[in-house]
Amino acid sequence: MEKIEDIKKLFVVAASPHISAKHKTSVAMRVVTIALLPALVFSTYLYGMRILVITIISIIVAVCSEALLERMLGKKITITDGSAVLTGLLLAFNLPPGVPWWLPAVGSAFAIIFAKQLFGGLGYNFVNPALAGRAFLMASWPSLMTKEWLSPVGGTLSGIDGISAATPLSLLKNPANYGDPQVIIRQLNDFETIRNLFFGKIGGCIGETSVLFLLLGGLFLLFLRIIDYRIVVGYLGSFALLAWLLPTQGSVLFHLFSGGLVLGAFFMATDWVTSPITRKGRWIFGVGCGVITIIIRLWGGYPEGVSYSILLMNVFTPLIDRLTKERIFGEQRKKGVKK
Amino acid sequence: MLSGFTGGVHPPESKNTEDSTIEVMPVPKKVYIPFSQHTGKPATPLVKKGDDVKIGTKIGEADGFISASVHASISGKVIDIIDHAHPVIGSASCCIIEGNDSEDWVIDVNAERNTDDLTEAQLLHSIKEAGIVGLGGAAFPSHVKLSPPKDKKIDTLIINGCECEPVLTADHRLMLEHAATIIEGARVFQKILHASTLIFAVEDNKKNAIELFRDEDVRVAALKTKYPQGAEKQLIKAILKREVPRGGLPMDVGCVVHNVGTCHAALMAIKYGKPLIDRVLTVAGDGVREKKNVLVRIGTPVNSVIDFCGGYVDKPERVILGGPMMGIAQYADDVPVVKGTSGILVWPAEKAIEEGPCVRCAACVDSCPMGLMPTEICSFVKNKNFDMAKTYGLLDCIECGCCAYMCPAAIPLVHYFKYGKSEIWRRSKT
Repeated sequence: MEKIEDIKKLFVVAASPHISAKHKTSVAMRVVTIALLPALVFSTYLYGMRILVITIISIIVAVCSEALLERMLGKKITITDGSAVLTGLLLAFNLPPGVPWWLPAVGSAFAIIFAKQLFGGLGYNFVNPALAGRAFLMASWPSLMTKEWLSPVGGTLSGIDGISAATPLSLLKNPANYGDPQVIIRQLNDFETIRNLFFGKIGGCIGETSVLFLLLGGLFLLFLRIIDYRIVVGYLGSFALLAWLLPTQGSVLFHLFSGGLVLGAFFMATDWVTSPITRKGRWIFGVGCGVITIIIRLWGGYPEGVSYSILLMNVFTPLIDRLTKERIFGEQRKKGVKK
Repeated sequence: MLSGFTGGVHPPESKNTEDSTIEVMPVPKKVYIPFSQHTGKPATPLVKKGDDVKIGTKIGEADGFISASVHASISGKVIDIIDHAHPVIGSASCCIIEGNDSEDWVIDVNAERNTDDLTEAQLLHSIKEAGIVGLGGAAFPSHVKLSPPKDKKIDTLIINGCECEPVLTADHRLMLEHAATIIEGARVFQKILHASTLIFAVEDNKKNAIELFRDEDVRVAALKTKYPQGAEKQLIKAILKREVPRGGLPMDVGCVVHNVGTCHAALMAIKYGKPLIDRVLTVAGDGVREKKNVLVRIGTPVNSVIDFCGGYVDKPERVILGGPMMGIAQYADDVPVVKGTSGILVWPAEKAIEEGPCVRCAACVDSCPMGLMPTEICSFVKNKNFDMAKTYGLLDCIECGCCAYMCPAAIPLVHYFKYGKSEIWRRSKT
């Protein structure tokens, strides 16, 4: 038997490598959260303090339901990894600014409990929890989720004076409901509207209004390589191409800047857990999102298709990964030649 | 500039000892020479307890073709042959020699032989007799690599001076201080292989070495500094755009790669008959007082080398033999330096990070130089689904550590891969 002194002389053994890049999951989650803050501040400026309150409710409920459920299941409490905070924040970003206080709470709880924790927690959810929460709210309280728009400060809801009951995309979908269709379409595509869409002086969900601030955050994440360019480029590229090719009354820029497209492409489609891990797969995923989004916008029942397109592609992710395996070094490129 | 392979990572280079000239460590009192220091069968002992040996006395004979001889690295008496701690395989049969403080060589190492007249067979014989193995780390017997089957035509010999592991500077110093020997050794290898092209591969963080070789009129490929640029397959791909097939060897694409240290050692063997009894290694890390490049006798216990470098700073937590990316952490510091030991790193206490769940960020996929999907393979290994792990390329893994280096969840992927490989081999035997 070794003496205690001998054992004390022993060193720590561990598998190689003995250094690491120190990009920890919790840090990445926090950086994404920070990248979303400019958009949140801008939204609070547009719609007032209720935006902050809604967001905080959403985040607190997300974190609490995660802690509570993990406790009930006898698992380690993982709220410090920052993923629940991010889910709460993203869910709030997907709500209209005028929703009642309880709605974000219900959505967040659903997102964390049913979409994330019941499937095994972080890393095991197969759909984006925030989007699942939003889909649940859409299905349960459709009127609250589509009608509670508020007029932004310094602008009008749709960018068009006198119309305050719709977002630009619902105007595009059913222009006849709001006045002379030709006038509305013309106004939607004029430079003034595009500019308002870009800077965010326009109505919409809490987090989707300002393309500018979302782009700032998104490019920051791309620069840090926390999100993958393939998904962003695949999504926006295929979407823009189709918006240009397909018959629609909105211009390409109008389509790119309206709705939740920029928020979705940079912050939701790029969710690590629910997007493919292969390089080719990430292209396919991005392009798939773009195609489904434009289909829903042009022919679907909803004016906007970003969240459902991402949810659908989330479901395809395991299949995409399996069909687009990386080519192993030294593997024959030709088909049929197998070792 | 050639970079030429996908994946890879850029860890901080931390090559703080690149300007420190190689110091010769005094002959140690006692050496522990394992009979297995190479890939292949352990050498068969030729000495017994009580025998007197001189420097260079062959104490173990290569057992079969893929094996290498071992030699006494000091002059003295064999005091025992027992199992002792081994830096790579845990524990192995070792010849313990106690020194008698004399520098008696078994042969006259100052007599220079004329190498030009030697035939390829004679050259190969000298290399084999001297127990030369790959000094880059894998310790594959060099004479085997130099004797490809007749049907494999070798057109290119690459001499690997990349030293892509962070921290290590031993090869760099060797290139600066012994460029002529390395080049001569490389020419001998070229002659043996009948290779028409000879290329020296150096990463561009060693500009002075690149210039030195260029001045000597040899072809140098300056490669982008990227880990694992010095890995055989990645190196061939970067320089020649040839891809070694899965499960194949460099000779399958007409290529052989040798480390710069190996060239040096082989030339010493051919010219002076000097067997492989010492090597240059880098001692570094915050846990050791003096960081330096040292010429150390094979079999020297690590703690003696540390003492030569001023001893530990505080209580060391981790002692690694090799580089930070692929080196092996030791549980004790009485393990000997073996032929493949390229560095001794002493790391201070570091808070262990708990393995988190995989968040599928794909950093491992993006960084894998072998085009694997490390996280998928890891799941298969964890579930003991070794067949699927194999289908996904577990056996193609070169254990470079890029995936684990990048992993934000601190999953010890290489650990799972080593375990998975050992399970596959264990099962294939039964």
